[in-house]
Amino acid sequence: MNKSKYIKGISNAKYGYFFSLPFIIAFLIFSLYPTFYTAFIGFTDCQGAGNTDWHILDEPLANFKSVLSNGTFLESIKTTVIIWVMNFIPQICLAMLLTAWFTARRIAVKGQGLFKVIFYMPNIITAATIALLFHALFSYPIGPVNDLLVSFGLRDTAYNFFVQKWGSKIIVAFIQFWTWYGYTMIILISGVLGISPDIYEAADIDGANGVQTFFRITLPNIKTILLYTLVTSLIGGLNMFDIPYLYLNGGPDKATNTTNVFIYKQAFTGKNFYNRAACASMVMFVIICVCSAFVFYIMRDKDAEELKKIKKQEKKAAKRLGARQWQ
Amino acid sequence: MAVKSKALPIIYKIFQYIVCIFLALMCLMPFVIMVVNATRSSSQIESHAVSFIPSHYLMNNLEVLNDKAFNALTGFFNSLIISVGVTFCTIYFSTMTAFALVAYDWKLRKPFFTLIMCILMIPATVTSIGFYKFMYSIGMTNNFLSLILPAIAAPSTVFFMRQYMMSSLPMEILQSARIDGAGEFRIFNQIALPMMKPAMATQAIFAFVSSWNNLFLPMILLTDKEKYTMPMMVAQLNGDIYKTEYGAVYLGLLLTVLPLFVIYFLLSKYIIAGVALGGVKE
Repeated sequence: MNKSKYIKGISNAKYGYFFSLPFIIAFLIFSLYPTFYTAFIGFTDCQGAGNTDWHILDEPLANFKSVLSNGTFLESIKTTVIIWVMNFIPQICLAMLLTAWFTARRIAVKGQGLFKVIFYMPNIITAATIALLFHALFSYPIGPVNDLLVSFGLRDTAYNFFVQKWGSKIIVAFIQFWTWYGYTMIILISGVLGISPDIYEAADIDGANGVQTFFRITLPNIKTILLYTLVTSLIGGLNMFDIPYLYLNGGPDKATNTTNVFIYKQAFTGKNFYNRAACASMVMFVIICVCSAFVFYIMRDKDAEELKKIKKQEKKAAKRLGARQWQ
Repeated sequence: MAVKSKALPIIYKIFQYIVCIFLALMCLMPFVIMVVNATRSSSQIESHAVSFIPSHYLMNNLEVLNDKAFNALTGFFNSLIISVGVTFCTIYFSTMTAFALVAYDWKLRKPFFTLIMCILMIPATVTSIGFYKFMYSIGMTNNFLSLILPAIAAPSTVFFMRQYMMSSLPMEILQSARIDGAGEFRIFNQIALPMMKPAMATQAIFAFVSSWNNLFLPMILLTDKEKYTMPMMVAQLNGDIYKTEYGAVYLGLLLTVLPLFVIYFLLSKYIIAGVALGGVKE
C-alpha cells in the first residue's frame, strides 16, 4: 500500500471519495437516518404508521421510564440472556471438544470433511423453517418426538412440551445450539490451524501429552478468537427473533418472549405502540453498541497499537530525560 | 493421549466416532423426518409420526397446500428477486468501497474505515421502527427496493473485501492501466473486479443465503400477499388452517428449504472454507 502512495501521487485522491460515495449515501439513508429517527420516535407519542399527528412528549423521557419499568420488557431481557447462556455454554464446550478432536496431531478423526459439512448444515437453513420444523417435531399429541417417547416405552402417553415454561426455553436454546455449534466449531478450527506448528513441535519435544498441549498451547493461542465468538454470539443472541417467535410466538406465558419478539409485538401486531417499541430498540441498541465496542477493542490493529505504545514510551523517556536535564 | 496401554486409545477413538456419528444423526434426523413425512398422509402421520419409509401422498399434500393458497412458487420468485438484488448490491458496491479504501490515498480514508469497523456489528433490527416509518412515509413498503437498496452499505463485506484486496491486488497493474489511458472507473470494472472473483464468490454465497433466510424486515415491510418471501410463507404454516394437515406442513417446510439444500450440497466445500476465512479476521 505504501508503495502505491509514492507511485500515484495525490491527484487520484478524489476517486477515493467517488468510489465510497454509494456506500456513504446508502449508509446515511438506510442506516444512520433510521437510527436517529428511531431514537426520535422514542421521545414522542407516535403510534401507528399512517399517523402524522404526533409530537414530542411534554416529558420527553416518559417513554423510556415506562419501558424501563415495564415488567414484560425487563423479563424479556432476562429471557433473552437466559436462552443465550443456555445455548452458548454447551455450544462452545462441544465446539471446543470437536476442535480438539479434529485438529489432534496424533489421532485426528477421519472423515472430518464430511462431519464438518453435516454439522454446519443447520446453520444455512432458514431459521423460520427450523423453528416450525421443531414445532412439528415436538407437537402434541401427535408428533415424532412423542411418537418415539411412547414407542420406546419412556412414557405411557404423549407429553405436551408446549405448556412447559422451562421446557420451551430449553427447546429454543437447544435449537439455537443445534444451528450454531457447527459454525463455532469451524471458526475455532480455523483459529487452531493458524497457530504456528513450531510451538506444537516444541511441546512434543518437551514431552507434553494431548491434554496438556490443548490446555497450555491451543487454548491460550485462540483466546482472541474465543472472545470474538463470544461477543458476536452475544450480539446475535440479543437479536434472537425468528426461532422464539415462530416456535411458540414467545409463549407459553412469555417464557420465550425475547426482546425482539417484544419489540415486534409492541409495534406490529395491532398495538401500534411505535414509541415504546422505539424506546426498547434504543435500549437494545445501546447494549449492542457496548458489546461491539468491545469487539472493536479486541480486534483492533495490534501492530499500530504497539507502535503507539513505543512512541508513547519514547515520549515518556524523552520527558524524563528533559525533566532530569531541567533538574 | 496420556494413556500408555494400547487398548485405551482404541476405546477412546471409538468413543470419538460414536459422538460424531450421534451429532451427525442429530443434525440430519429432523430433515430426514421432514422429507419422509412430506410424502405421507396425515392419517399415516397420526398413527406413527416417525417413519423412514416414504409413502406416495406427495401429490395429495401438494394439493392441500395449493387449496390453502400456499403459493410456494410466488414466494420462491419473490425471494429470488430480493436475494439476487441484495447479492449484486452487496458484492458490487462492497468491492467498490474496498477499492476506494485500498487503491487511493484520501484524507478521510482512515476515519471512514474506522466508521465501517464501528457499524460492523450493529444489526438492522434495532433500527427497524424508524426504518419502517421512514419507508412508509415515502411509500416504499411493499416494494422490494426497500429490502435491496440498503445492501449497498454492507460493512462486514467491505471489511472482508478490503482484507482480501490488500493481499491480492497489485497496484502496479492499476498503474500500468492508468498509463495506458484507462479511466479509474474502467480500471475498477475491468481490472480490479475480475481479480477479486474468488472473494466475491464466497461473499456472494453468504449474502444470498442470509438474504434468503431473512424474516424480520420482510415481515414488517411486505404486507401484500403477492409479495411474500419464502420465510414468510413458512411463517404462514403456523396458522390454524394447517392444524390437522401434518403432511402438508412438512411438505411446505421442505419446499422452502429445497433451494438451500441444492446450494449447500453443490457448494458446501466453498461455504465451509468461507466460514473458516471469516473467522481469521486478524
